[in-house]
Order: sequence, then C-alpha cells, then structure tokens
Amino acid sequence: MITDSATATVIETPGRMAPENYLSCEHSARSWLLTTDHKRIGILYLWTILIFFTIASVAAAMMRLELLTPQGDLVTSETYNKLFTIHGVLMVWFFLIPSIPTVLGNFVIPMMLGARDVAFPKLNLMSWYIFIFGGSLALWSLIHGGVDTGWTFYTPYSSTYSNSAVVLTALGVFVTGFSSILTGINFIVTVHKMRAPGMTWFRMPLFVWAHYATSIIFVLGTPVLAISIVLVGLERVFGIGIFDPKLGGDPLLFQHLFWFYSHPAVYIMILPAMGVISEVIPCFARKKIFGYNVVAFSSLAIAILGFLVWGHHMFVSGQSEFEGLIFSALSFMVAIPSAIKVFNWTATLYKGSISFHAPMLYALGFIGLFTVGGLTGLFLATLAVDVHVHDTYFIIAHFHYIMVGGAVMAYFAGIHFWWPKITGRMYPETWARLAALIVFVGFNLTFFPQFILGYLGMPRRYYAYPDEFQVLNVLSTAGASILGIGYLIPLVYLLWSLRYGRVAGTNPWHATGLEWRTDSPPSTENFEETPVVQEEAYAYDEVPEEVSLV
Amino acid sequence: MAEKTVSAGMYLLVYLALMVLLAATVGAAYLHLGNLTVVAAVGIAIVKATLIILYFMHIRVGSRNLWVFAVVGFLWLAILLTLGMTDYLSRGWVPAPTGWEPGK
Amino acid sequence: MSNVAARVAEQFDDAVQQRESATVGMWIFLATEGMFFGGMFLGYAVYRSSYPMVFGASSQRLDIVLGTLNTALLLTSSLTMAMAVHAAHSGKRRSLVGFLFATIVLGAGFLGIKFYEYFQKFEEHLVPGKGFVFEGADSRHAQLFFSFYFAMTGMHALHMVIGIVMMGVLIVFAMRGKFTAEYYNPVEMAGLYWHFVDIVWVFLFPLLYLVERS
Repeated sequence: MITDSATATVIETPGRMAPENYLSCEHSARSWLLTTDHKRIGILYLWTILIFFTIASVAAAMMRLELLTPQGDLVTSETYNKLFTIHGVLMVWFFLIPSIPTVLGNFVIPMMLGARDVAFPKLNLMSWYIFIFGGSLALWSLIHGGVDTGWTFYTPYSSTYSNSAVVLTALGVFVTGFSSILTGINFIVTVHKMRAPGMTWFRMPLFVWAHYATSIIFVLGTPVLAISIVLVGLERVFGIGIFDPKLGGDPLLFQHLFWFYSHPAVYIMILPAMGVISEVIPCFARKKIFGYNVVAFSSLAIAILGFLVWGHHMFVSGQSEFEGLIFSALSFMVAIPSAIKVFNWTATLYKGSISFHAPMLYALGFIGLFTVGGLTGLFLATLAVDVHVHDTYFIIAHFHYIMVGGAVMAYFAGIHFWWPKITGRMYPETWARLAALIVFVGFNLTFFPQFILGYLGMPRRYYAYPDEFQVLNVLSTAGASILGIGYLIPLVYLLWSLRYGRVAGTNPWHATGLEWRTDSPPSTENFEETPVVQEEAYAYDEVPEEVSLV
Repeated sequence: MAEKTVSAGMYLLVYLALMVLLAATVGAAYLHLGNLTVVAAVGIAIVKATLIILYFMHIRVGSRNLWVFAVVGFLWLAILLTLGMTDYLSRGWVPAPTGWEPGK
Repeated sequence: MSNVAARVAEQFDDAVQQRESATVGMWIFLATEGMFFGGMFLGYAVYRSSYPMVFGASSQRLDIVLGTLNTALLLTSSLTMAMAVHAAHSGKRRSLVGFLFATIVLGAGFLGIKFYEYFQKFEEHLVPGKGFVFEGADSRHAQLFFSFYFAMTGMHALHMVIGIVMMGVLIVFAMRGKFTAEYYNPVEMAGLYWHFVDIVWVFLFPLLYLVERS
C-alpha cells in the first residue's frame, strides 16, 4: 500500500497480474478454437476484424492513389469499381458492424452485468465461426475477380447485367448476417435474464443500453437484408426475376428492401460507439453522466426511429415524391436523440475534472467529428439539398465523418480504455496520445476537402474527374496517408505492451462499473461470487478525491 | 416450479376453431368481395395466427412480458409493409415540376 | 428439483432462468424469421397492387383442393406438435414420441403434396424462366406471380424440411430418455418453431391460392 504523504490519500497497490486468468488457464489452439468464454471469443473477433480492416484499407489506399490525378491512370475503371465495392463491403459488414459489439461488447457486457457469461455461450462461438465462413466467401470472391456493383448491389445491374462475382460476395454477406443475428439474440436475452441481483435496468451502464438498442436492430433489420440478397441471387441463378423491368418488375423494390436494413445498419455502427463514449467521458471527467435516463431512452429512440427513415437514400431514385416528404420529415426526427446525447456528454464535461488520456482524446474527437457528420446528415435529409449532392463526395464525406471520425475513433477509445482489463497491461500513454492526434489531423485532412468536392459537383465512384478538382483530391490523399500512419502506430505499441507494458492492476482508471472489480485480466468465471449491486451507475462522486490516474 | 400450460382439451378446441376458419377462408374466396377479398383473407389469417400464438405457442399462459416479443415482430413487419407500400400507392400524387429552365 | 436433473447449463443459476432465456431467445429468432419472409410479402403486395388482374388469373392456375388439403394437414400437425409438448410436460415419453412422429408424417405429407404441385406447374410450363408460357394479356406479369409462388412456398418448404429434421432428432433424444417433466426445453422450442412455420403458411395460402376465385 502506498500513501501519498502530501494529501494522505491512499494510492492503489501497484498492479499485479492475476496468476490464473482467462488467458493463462489454457494455451492450446483447441482451447481457443472451441472456447465458449465470451472474453476469448471477443479476442478471436479482435484479430479477425483486424484482417478485414487491413484489406479494406488497402483498397482505399489504392483508390486514393488513383485519385491523385484527374485521369484514370493507376487502374482501369472496372478495377476501380471493384476497389470501391470491396472497400464498402468489407468495411461495412466485416469491420464496422461487428467491431464494437463483438470485440468490446462480448468482452465487457457480461462483466458489466455481474454475470458469468452471455446467455448462450455456444451460440456466441457459432456466431464467430459463421462470421469466418461468410468472410471467407467474401474474400474468395476477390480471388474470383471481385465484384463491381458497389456495396449497395443495386438491381438490375447486380441481378442481371454485372459479370462479376456477385453471388459469391452476396452469399458471404448473407451468411455473415446470421452472425449478427445470433449476437443480437444473445445480447438481448443476456440483458433480460442474466443481470446480477440489484442490477436493475436503470443501474446498467449506458454501454449495455447502447448494445441492447443495437441488438434490436440486429434482429429486426438483418433478416430483410438477407431476403433482399436471396432474391438477387435467385434472379441471377434461376432467372426468377422480380426486379427485372422486362417482366414488369421494379428495381426500386430491391432498394426498399436493401435500405430497410442498411439504414438501421448505420445505427448498428454508431450506437455501440456512443456506448463507449458514455463510459469514457464520465471516467475521465470524474463525473456522473448528465441525464442517464435520457441517454438510455435516446439509444432506444435511435434504434426505433432509425427504421423509419430508409427512403432518404432514395430521394432521387424514382421513389414517389410524397414518400420522399415523409422520409425527409422522419429523418429530421431521428437526429434529435443523437443530438441529445451530444448535449449530455458535453454537459457531463462541464465542471468535470478532465484528464487527457488516450481514451478521452478519442472520445473528445468523436464528439466533434460525429457532430459535423450528424449535422451534414440534416443537410442531406433536406430534399432540395440532397437532389444537388446525392451521389457526390459530399455524401462520402458525411458518412466517413460518422463512421471513421465517429465509430472508428470510438472503437479506438474503447480498445484503449479496456486494454488494461483485457490484457492486464497498460499501453504507453505518450505514444497513444500522439497517435490519437495524428489520426485526428489525418482524418480531417482526408475528409473535409471531400465536403467541398461534393458540393462542387465531383461524383462518387468515379476514377477520373475534371482537372479543377485535383488540388482538393491531393489534399485528401495526403490526409489518408497521415491517417494510415495514425492507425499503424497503435498496432505497434499495443502489441509491444502485451510483453513490456506496465502491469495494470484491477482498476487503473479508478472507473466505476462491475467489470473494473474483476482481476486484470479476469478469471474465466469473471467473479468469484456473483456481486450484489447496491449503487447507481457512474457513482464517481464516491470515488476518493484527486486520485492520480498516472 | 411447474410452469402453467394449456390443457389438451383446449388444444382440441382451438384446432376445431382453426378448421372452421379454414373453411371460412376458402368460402370467403368465392364471395364477390372485390377489393375486400384481400381484407377478408388476411383478416381471417390474422385470427388464425392469433389463436395459434395464444394457445399453441403458450403466450396466453406465458410470463408477463413474453407477448411483447411477439407483438414487436408483427409491428416491424407492419412498418416494412406500410412505409414500403406508401411509395407505390403514392406515385404520381405530387406532380413533378415541368418547364424548369436553368439559369432563369 | 436439482440443477443436475434439470440439466442446467453453467452460465445459468437455475432451470427457470434457463427455460425463460431459451423461450425469449426463440421468440426473438422467430421475429427475425418473420422479417425474413416479410420482405417477400412486401414484394408480393407491391406487384399484386400493381397487376391485380394477372395475379388473379395466375392464382386460379393453382390447385385450390390441394392447397386447402395442405393447409388442413399443417394445422393438424400444429395440433400434434402442441400435444407432443404437452406430453413432454407430463413426462409421458411414449406419447411424446408418438405425437412427434405424427407431426413428421403430417409435415411430410404436406411436402409430398407441395412437390407434386411443383411437378404439375413444371408440366404446365408455369415455372419462371425460359420455358414459361401463360396465355392471356400481360403474360410477363404472370411470371412475377409465379416467381413469388415458387420463392415463397419454396422458402417455406425449406423451413419445413429443417423442422422435420429437428423432430427426428427430438425423437432420437426422447427415446434415449433425454427429456423429463423437468427438462424438455428443446421440445418446446421446436414447437414454437413449428407453429411459426404453420403461421407463415396460414398467410401464404389465401394470398397465393385465393386471389380471385369468385
């Protein structure tokens, strides 16, 4: 026990690695590949999505290299189509959607609830194997020449005219959908049935609420994607054509079915991210979250309202104008709960005792960049504006601000925040802060020029463009290389920390939450005895004053 | 803890009701209902489905909140069908602008 | 009732928690299945509202007798399935196996008739694709109807095959004495699944077979 003589407060016992933990208990490949421990499954997902992120990033790098010059000179137009398709497919379904839920959610949620594991551990493992299988199909399609329809698979190009590996990729996405559904079922049942005594709904961490809301979308949205893919497949393989205009079919029917899922899918990508932010901000402001109930209900509201706005992707498609009006109005409404969350995080910071550790840097970056992305979403919900900027780089900038500036930064925040718990080690703080800053600068340099490019009229999914757009494109590519460096640095120091990082101890952040009462790394059963919960969430007022977080 | 269940007699009763409703479904098809044909068909189907859910699937005797899961499933289906069909039913309602001249 | 007798898995505290978790989980899964079929129902609704006459004419080419018979078979199989769960709840192993077997027979009967109908349609050149022949105006729209017919009943049939396989597995487990009055979750969950598949058909039958019979 170390006492700070100046303030006579107790500083935590220096950390020690728990001798028997979920990592050290067994080492064989079999123990990993047949594990039903939610923590090991989280680690399996961690490595798997890293692979997909890398491949998708390479595709992006090639696109940005091509766009350095106005002419198409690096790759052919067909290849460029395949690049943006695989970038979208892998990033959306094989990185963003699984990332926080399957890595951080799986790892942390049972502990947050005081449970030994999720409700269905074997389904959890099956979920990962299904993910691997679906991902393999998607990668196999690359070997077969790739697919060029765009991640959106619009008909009739995907169903009739494209000569690329549509069915293989679509099958990969279809299969992976079941992985999502099983994760969603697992989380919902876990929240309903596996909470420790005293852990009422309104004492749960907001990270759990966020994942509950996400799981609602997983289970109600993904099946519609599944059927839309099956129907495209049936049309391609058996000629059972319901999207074929020659038979009186309507290609827009596909778009309705596709976006019914794919719009809520973006909330699948952002809700867990918001959940991370709701954990990080109170911890590094040493203050209870402002408006817990409101934030919890906002998560549900986002999930529900998110199902009512899909037509805003179809304003110029031929959808009825009346329907466009309805969707525009509803899209304005869905922005409200997200804005409420931003207000609440900001209010939490107000008069807090703020420290700038890496998780907090990423979280603060999230708040700013998500706000920009979200506000531009309102511009797009406005029918007249969308007519002008639809299918331009404005849209690309909008969703990358939310997905990269928002979701990816939140993922990094969460990885850094829970790294000590997952590995028992601290990462090197100075390098982490540096990387966060590099990511922030690189990100903005990459994507801000794209708002301007889009507004000026540069279309998306084109490998060549008019000369006057070159300067902004060069800036964007320069930014992308900086962003890439920013992403590589954590890869290096996180691996380094596994061996050489400072031993973390049970609760290096002095955070609230049941997961911080387990060992670091936790034992396989998480808790020696099921905890009984008596305090509210985010009870930061009760934590001793002025504890140095080192 | 013995959970509540439905009696065998009740199952038979529900089954008979379902068979009667099946006859009604087919019978209604032969009536001249015009646009209401689909309403009658789907309406009777909903009654059948409700009976199956309440009795065969034990919602009637299940735990307090279980019915919420069944209702939510149907509700989401309704969202898909309603907002989806609205497009097709409202095409042509708002006239597209004509005579638009750029630069004026 | 000990947790061992009730086969309580490690992550659960007791059999009640296990059973309630399984039930909630299965209902959520059924909701996903409902949304999956729902996409096809939307497509069907779109085209039926756009081409009501052709849909009516196409529907008349389906055999109403076989369709009605099949619906009756499936509803009866739901009864036998409910009775199977009831038998499990009462710990009556032989009745359980008997009712499961009856469910399989009725389900197989349904599938037999279905495939016979498919064969008929093939002979009548009503399978969408190159060989499709339909007299009357807008025959190409009729292809849309039959695309939905095959896609929707085919997907339904696939779910029935899976259900029958599950029943078979349950029979094997039941005969090995795996189920007791305290533990019969798998039977109950399979029952929920089977009733759901029945409900899908309850909607498919009138929408496909009874569009225009008056």
